[in-house]
Amino acid sequence: MVQLRYFASLRESLGIGDEQIELPDGIHDLPGLTRWLQGRDETWASTLADSRLHVAINQEIVKPDTGITDGDEVAWFPPVTGG
Amino acid sequence: MKWPGSHRSPGVSHLIRVQTEDFDPGLELEWLRSRNKGQAGAMVSFTGLVRDLNAGDTVTQMTLEHYPGMTEKALEKIEQEANERWELTATLIIHRVGSLAPNDNIVFVATASRHRKQAFLACEFMIDTLKTNAPFWKKETLPDGTRWVEPGVSG
Repeated sequence: MVQLRYFASLRESLGIGDEQIELPDGIHDLPGLTRWLQGRDETWASTLADSRLHVAINQEIVKPDTGITDGDEVAWFPPVTGG
Repeated sequence: MKWPGSHRSPGVSHLIRVQTEDFDPGLELEWLRSRNKGQAGAMVSFTGLVRDLNAGDTVTQMTLEHYPGMTEKALEKIEQEANERWELTATLIIHRVGSLAPNDNIVFVATASRHRKQAFLACEFMIDTLKTNAPFWKKETLPDGTRWVEPGVSG
């Protein structure tokens, strides 16, 4: 299982804050997982296409080509605006 | 003196807190002073407030969302890096989450050092890095609806 999390405007656009899924067959990295999620419908396709989104794996910001393994927590979010 | 907050053990001199409750900058500086035992010659602090105007629109309320777990890690990393780069006797970062009103405190960053230059530089580094690296998101309530704050617009 992998834990997927979505924050702020992304959470609102997708209508979901977190979910657990089985890592789909043949998916081993972040681009693959993102494409797989984008295949769900038009909303997912356009929302996750935003090039400004950040991704954290296990609560650390990662590069776009990072690998994913079973048990990971993967989070997508817009640029941060704290402070 | 008794300080608010949950992690106020006597030996701790570097601390981060994420909380819904308000804080008192004066009381927090007294905590910082109490860590020093006389070594520090300077304390510098930054207090961030909710503005009533952003991008020309009246803001009636601000809601802060964050990524629990990652937020604390990000703040601890910022504090650790500041302590590696400058000689600091104590540091403190507080960030509020939840629903806030104009003029409310949002964030507090404070440093203590032997010399003021180090305290100033470290304090600026910590708030600047927090703004770009820590997973917080602001949502504004305006008279005619809500909107997520765009990075670089709020300050």
